[in-house]
Amino acid sequence: MSIVSDLELVSLTKRYGQTVAVDAISHHFRAGTYACLLGPSGCGKSSTLRMIAGHESVSDGSVVLAGRDVSHLPPAKRGTAMMFQNYALFPHLTVRDNVAFSLRMAGVDKPERHKRADEMLELVEMTQYAARKPDQLSGGQQQRVALARALITRPQVLLLDEPLSALDPFLRIRMRAELKRLQRELGISFIHVTHGQDEALALADDIIVMNNARIEQAGPAREVFSAPRTAFVARFMGGHNVLSLPQGQIALRSDAMSIAPAQGGRLDGKVSNIEYQGTHVALTAQVAGDQEITALLSDEAFFAAPTELGQVIGLNWSDQAAHPLSE
Amino acid sequence: MPPRPPLSIFTKMKRQAVLQNRNVLGWLQASPLAVVLLGFLVAPIVMIVIVSFWGATEYSIYPAFQFDNYEFLFGSSVTYTVFFNTFKYALITWAMTLVLGFTVAYFLAFEVRSLKWQIGLFLVCTIPFWTSNIIRMISWIPFLGRNGLANSTLISWGVIDEPLEWLLFSDFSVILAFVHLYTLFMVVPIFNSMMRIDRSLLEAARDCGASGFQTLRNVIIPLCKPGIMIGTIFVTTLVMGDFITVRFMSGSQRANVGRLISNDISLLQYPSASATAVVLLCTVLIVIALLLRLVDIRKEL
Repeated sequence: MSIVSDLELVSLTKRYGQTVAVDAISHHFRAGTYACLLGPSGCGKSSTLRMIAGHESVSDGSVVLAGRDVSHLPPAKRGTAMMFQNYALFPHLTVRDNVAFSLRMAGVDKPERHKRADEMLELVEMTQYAARKPDQLSGGQQQRVALARALITRPQVLLLDEPLSALDPFLRIRMRAELKRLQRELGISFIHVTHGQDEALALADDIIVMNNARIEQAGPAREVFSAPRTAFVARFMGGHNVLSLPQGQIALRSDAMSIAPAQGGRLDGKVSNIEYQGTHVALTAQVAGDQEITALLSDEAFFAAPTELGQVIGLNWSDQAAHPLSE
Repeated sequence: MPPRPPLSIFTKMKRQAVLQNRNVLGWLQASPLAVVLLGFLVAPIVMIVIVSFWGATEYSIYPAFQFDNYEFLFGSSVTYTVFFNTFKYALITWAMTLVLGFTVAYFLAFEVRSLKWQIGLFLVCTIPFWTSNIIRMISWIPFLGRNGLANSTLISWGVIDEPLEWLLFSDFSVILAFVHLYTLFMVVPIFNSMMRIDRSLLEAARDCGASGFQTLRNVIIPLCKPGIMIGTIFVTTLVMGDFITVRFMSGSQRANVGRLISNDISLLQYPSASATAVVLLCTVLIVIALLLRLVDIRKEL
């Protein structure tokens, strides 16, 4: 539907007075991919998104879209569109007028803009609500309208600022499937800011993990999850044990651990907690150096040879499951 | 734990009694306000309506039910001129307070970034209210008078040769005083509306390519409508009911309906004053009803 193009951040920096919110980050977003900016609150992911959108001035560096430096262009001239966290629908306008707002600003005449707005509403399956006001819609419906409003300008990149955080858990999972479907259908890039690693894993082709104003690790979702480069990424993505050994820190997938009788594994540990999770059993053991290791065992394997609290067991893992970490 | 016994008939009856009691309680809670309104709003108006049908001679008034006062009121051309004047004052004052009030509110709400400054500047706006209306009005007189500050400054600058006569005791001075007195009544509700506008809406508008003016026109003004409407009701009712400002600032040379009533009262012509008051009240109510048809403010309160 539009010319797909790459987006590149070149040592992009945002300073607020003395504090640095985004510290010279560089990243290449491939065209037509779903990328997630992932990180804890205050890590600079939202500022990055807002700089790409043009709602925050760039202190240093640049945003390059399709080979064009857009760092100092107004938002609407960049070829990006933003979907806001609380959707920011105009409460005094109907759904159709909300969607057609940017066309009206551009001076498109009424029949034409209504026609295009209706097309967009059809895309997000909201045609029957065209005449309603935003406050007569549910959260999920409002989000669809916000999507339609952002997409009507035919952006090359759609920016989503924590789009699912206002929804209840059930709806969140449905809407994220919807987002993914739309991205595939439209073939444009989506850049999605979130602090939920499960959301990022479910959606993203590429994940960019941010912490303390910098990018910790960026790459395909599977690579970021299964081969974390730093202790922060390993902990934030979850599912890993970060273990300090004499030869350095390593990350261990907790589902790649197995247990053995005492002295039968690479490490000995004292079982400190057993948590039954249905398909799995999470077993936490205290090992030397006051470190905790969680092993995620299948319920079958666990109940074949149950262990008890306080029991000393051996912990085992294969070499492929361990990743050395750089601090 | 023993199972809970089913609700007995007795419990059910008790619950019903509580429900009825709650009704009674509600009425009791509403009654103080109802009594106040009845005593201080409804009763006086009823009294005015009754007296407006009474008769009067030069030296006495007598109870009656006649339409003489209304006939005289609607038969006199003075009434129409005075009503026209009242509307004129209301309209011009409304337009000016709206422009000023909207601008001030916009500045406070969108240009001033920190809440501390917003509150501080807002309090500055209320400083004139530390003195009485009359004193604020009268303080204009030495400023605007024939040999007042305004005229002498303009003459010393060489802008004018003769003192401007229309500065004081004219429609100009009346409207100036009205604007001075009532702009804040426009600022407050509009400011309130503006503070309730989600800032991300302005960003969303910008994201959709709206210029600053387009955002103002298509987002801010529509969302301020309730505030504008409340301010409008304040200003129009205050101006239409006023008599003292017109008297002071026009040097008794201009008239509005309020002055008509006050003159009648000073001549002890209560029935005639009542009739005028009833007509004025109805006019103001009609104006407000028309305004409320334009914007539904109940939703916003």
